[in-house]
Amino acid sequence: MLKDKLGFKSRSKYVTLPPRQESKPDTPGQQGERCPHCGSLPPVEDEARRLMVCPECGYHFPMGAWERIQLITDEDSFVEFDAGMSSRDILGFPGYVEKLDCARQKTGLNEAVVTGRAAIYGEEVALGVMDSRFMMGSMGLVVGEKITRAFETARECKLPVIMFTASGGARMQEGMISLMQMAKTSAAVSRFSNSGLLYISVLTHPTTGGVTASFATLGDIVLAEPGATIGFAGARVIEQTIRQKLPSDFQKSEFLLDHGMIDLIVNREELKGFLYKMLRFHKGRKV
Amino acid sequence: MTYNRPLEFEKDYLELKNRLEDLRKYALQKNLNLDSEIEALETRVSKLKEERYRSLTAWQVYQIARHQDRPFTLDYIDAIFQDFVELHGDRCYGDDPAVVGGLAWFEGIPVTVIGHQKGKDTNQNIRRNFGMSHPEGYRKACRLMSQAEKFKRPLICFIDTPGAYPGTGAEERGQAWAISQDLVQMSQLQSPIISLVIGEGGSGGALAMGVADRVLMLSYAVYSVISPHGCASILLNDVSRSEEIAGNLKMTAPDLLRLGVIDEIIPEPLEGAHRDHEKTYQVVKERIGFHLRELTGRDPADLVEQRYRRLRQIGLQPS
Repeated sequence: MLKDKLGFKSRSKYVTLPPRQESKPDTPGQQGERCPHCGSLPPVEDEARRLMVCPECGYHFPMGAWERIQLITDEDSFVEFDAGMSSRDILGFPGYVEKLDCARQKTGLNEAVVTGRAAIYGEEVALGVMDSRFMMGSMGLVVGEKITRAFETARECKLPVIMFTASGGARMQEGMISLMQMAKTSAAVSRFSNSGLLYISVLTHPTTGGVTASFATLGDIVLAEPGATIGFAGARVIEQTIRQKLPSDFQKSEFLLDHGMIDLIVNREELKGFLYKMLRFHKGRKV
Repeated sequence: MTYNRPLEFEKDYLELKNRLEDLRKYALQKNLNLDSEIEALETRVSKLKEERYRSLTAWQVYQIARHQDRPFTLDYIDAIFQDFVELHGDRCYGDDPAVVGGLAWFEGIPVTVIGHQKGKDTNQNIRRNFGMSHPEGYRKACRLMSQAEKFKRPLICFIDTPGAYPGTGAEERGQAWAISQDLVQMSQLQSPIISLVIGEGGSGGALAMGVADRVLMLSYAVYSVISPHGCASILLNDVSRSEEIAGNLKMTAPDLLRLGVIDEIIPEPLEGAHRDHEKTYQVVKERIGFHLRELTGRDPADLVEQRYRRLRQIGLQPS
């Protein structure tokens, strides 16, 4: 079967995670990276490091998929979907295989999204978390397929879906196959949505291109982390087109809130509690 | 046939063709019998032409796809449909001339037709923004799609855009939101949808009209996740390698048919749609008619389900 060759497992077989992930987080403290916003030294306190938020200015460092899952879900509740699914070089695009290998080694991930089911203070959800360290979180066939399957599984199991997006857009090395993932994921969201279930999308830094123009912006509730860059076209492309320098707040979460494009900006520290609150709303019970 | 704006790869055979014309004139003027020379030259010209067009690189197809003299959406609407009434505006902010849409008759059936619209000259292109839509264009399209569904009209979409416009206004007014809304609308629309890539299918802006029951593509059109320039600039940091990247992106009709992204190639005249509009209209009309007849009368829920299945299997089948 071709599906086997691709590493696509039949969808009912969920993979339970080993307790410790091989993921290599870019924890700010580990790399001695200063806060790009205020230039202060990286957070050393445990809480700040866990949240990866600058204690001085509140800058939200980009977060790896597993760190995010650890932060948002109840301990040991996460069960991964389609863990073994990995990309192949569909078009024979020069350098793609090497880039994939490099991304896998660098991140310990198989692809730019991790999907699964988990509990948030006991509330069951289907979850997708993108990781921008894996080829800029670009969406190719496997990313699109994992997200689509997460929505399909959630629809069957009547679970709400939460997606954390972080992506530079479509994966160019997969050509039109990657563009079609926009259509596929959007169609999967609308089928899911038609069955009356809740979808919350959380836009994190950076969310641009084909991911923004598909499932990321289709949530019943669209949230963003503070200071995240969110948009369709990249700032460099826009600057080249209009031949002007863009203001520094352009395409930031706060800019999008002002323009009516997102529901709320939620600090990372409050995110888990907020998601719980929203999940409870949609079960018709009070917190 | 006129040969305005010849493309780079056409130059040698067009020069030979001009020499043939000169020879004909000369023979006529001097009343000489040069029939055998003329015939030999004619054979050479047509052989060269055949050779050139049968071995086009992706980059050369990309040049044809963007040719200024190709028929654009409104040309097809004029030639193939009757009584087109253009409807304007997104009911939110404005009317985007980069997208046209409205009602028309196709072989006695009322249909909704939407498409990207490029300009024929600089002035028109400024007005049409080179076929690059703002959110208003996608929202107008979305509105007309839902109207088509309400009145049970088939929807026909013409794709011809370099991409969604990357500008400040477009971002402020939610370019990405407008496109994702179109993707949802089309994926759920309870009317038959036929999309045709007639020239340049540029990325998300093209896909916003491309979620269909049948995706047809003219033989010299392109459909790509990113322009060769954009890709060369991002991946290689070297725009001069666009030509090489164009081949890697697999953006031509035969490649996309193989990949299952499109369902059918509509053959253009050998020298391209821009050299023979009438012939192009004929075959495009015939193919729209064929698919429309096939899709008419299907159960709407079944159409939507099949449309999802179609998207679902792209990239998963053996190539």
